[in-house]
Amino acid sequence: MLEPAVQVINFRKNYGSFTAVDQISFKVLPGEIFGLLGPNGAGKTTTLECLEGLRRADGGELRVMGVSPAREPRRLLGLIGVQLQTGSLPGYCSVAEAMRFFSAYHGVAPDFVSLERLGLGDNLKTQYHALSTGQKRRLALALAVAHRPPVLILDEPTAGLDVATRAALHRLLKELREAGTTILLSTHDMAEAETLADRVAILLKGRLAAVGTPREITAAGAGLTKISVRTDGECLAGISFPGVARQSRQEDYLIFFTAAPGPSVAAMIAQIDSAGDQLIDLRVERPSLEERFLELTTEEVS
Amino acid sequence: MKAFALHFSFEFAAGLRNRTLLMMNYLFPLGFYFLAGAMMTGINPLFREQLLPAMVIFAVLAGSILGLPAPLVEAREAGILRSYRINGVPAGSLLAIPALSTAIHLILAAAVITVTAPPVFKAPLPQNWPASILVFLLMLFAYSGLGSLIGVISGNSRLSILWSQLIYLPSILLSGMMVPAEMMPPAFIKIGHLLPASYAMQGFIGLGQGQPLLYEPGWALLVLLAGGFLAFALAQFLFTWDSQNSARRGHPLLAVLALLPYLLGALLLV
Repeated sequence: MLEPAVQVINFRKNYGSFTAVDQISFKVLPGEIFGLLGPNGAGKTTTLECLEGLRRADGGELRVMGVSPAREPRRLLGLIGVQLQTGSLPGYCSVAEAMRFFSAYHGVAPDFVSLERLGLGDNLKTQYHALSTGQKRRLALALAVAHRPPVLILDEPTAGLDVATRAALHRLLKELREAGTTILLSTHDMAEAETLADRVAILLKGRLAAVGTPREITAAGAGLTKISVRTDGECLAGISFPGVARQSRQEDYLIFFTAAPGPSVAAMIAQIDSAGDQLIDLRVERPSLEERFLELTTEEVS
Repeated sequence: MKAFALHFSFEFAAGLRNRTLLMMNYLFPLGFYFLAGAMMTGINPLFREQLLPAMVIFAVLAGSILGLPAPLVEAREAGILRSYRINGVPAGSLLAIPALSTAIHLILAAAVITVTAPPVFKAPLPQNWPASILVFLLMLFAYSGLGSLIGVISGNSRLSILWSQLIYLPSILLSGMMVPAEMMPPAFIKIGHLLPASYAMQGFIGLGQGQPLLYEPGWALLVLLAGGFLAFALAQFLFTWDSQNSARRGHPLLAVLALLPYLLGALLLV
């Protein structure tokens, strides 16, 4: 049994009388990418900041590589690389200066390769105030990985990034995982969590709503597969097919949600053939993490 | 040590790149010096006697009380201190390095004043250089401590400006810089001694220029030294990394204790 890289046991955090995080527990195994999902105010950043040692927990136990962030903050710093959601650097500090400066405090050589990989190679002399939002986030990530920490904690790492940079960042994170780095990230982007994370936890109003692989979490929901069909006629409208729970219309497509995609598709094709209509398009999509997330948030609201 | 040196070199460069710091460390004090030197010595030729110490104190006030606190407050508000914290920058460095780099800038500004005052305004140089340098360094220490403390306790930039002005204006008006202490009402002299500038002025005149003083000038040095130590100790104690995090070790009003040596000086010496 692998010793967890990150352990959160009955963790609780209050801000005055408001309980931001209420008795949550999860663990992150070494070398996995673990996504912390949730709407704004769910407690993701609070959880990460307590793991980073920036805030103190009011209850429960937190451990990063066996180290308590509250009791051994200096030891923790060598074990984690952090990209903060609201972090910043002095406006007159250049990219190269920031890398030299923080690397020196970590006692390692500056990592200009990461800057290059993250597309900041041409900006080494650019001062922080002149960087775009995306460049600032990439610099924060480069600084977080510069000392090769075993655990990387990233708070909304791809917020404000363009598509190409986001893809480059995903590649870098996967490479880091393959090299053995444990990555704990919070994100609003369900597609990102689904493609990147080995396991995810969904936080709602400070409580843990679900933990598991994206597939396990989506499977735990209603689990209806979405079938979108477009024909040159109306032969499918209003007909009841095996396993179909509901149907709707979206522009030229009929949308079916079914628990039995195989029999449903077979029956639809047979119906189209018998009616003499032409099949123009047919798409089958498995339930996504986003749909499960919306289900959970709807359950929470109701 | 390498990290400290890199951090220091960055802070020192920022003092030249950052227009606000450039203004407070050089442009404002030197501009005021040339203006005051031309005007005041024209109106009152006796002002030449105190031009050099008065303008050096003015430069230190501008750099340390108006210039030093703002970057610390802005860094906390913008989340820069959080970034420093998670990268292992110690709190002590965040107080010591800006104070040291400001001190170097102010030494350069004071050097410009010292070199130009005799030829341009016929101001006399100190008779006792080592004593004058000692007074200057202790004053720099005392005011850097107060500047750091203002940066630590101010929750936002507006508050830091308020606290700075509360130190800055009385220091200018009541320290004997603009009007000799012996010409001021006794109550004003006492109030002026609640701040380091009065002790620095007495130190410069008594120890540096050998003129008669209100009290033994060694006391002035002792008060400045104690005030500087107390201010830095309180700044370290009250330091917080994060404007959103309510956890702090003491109430910001504890900062008033930094004025204790000056209060004792005002009560016992003047």
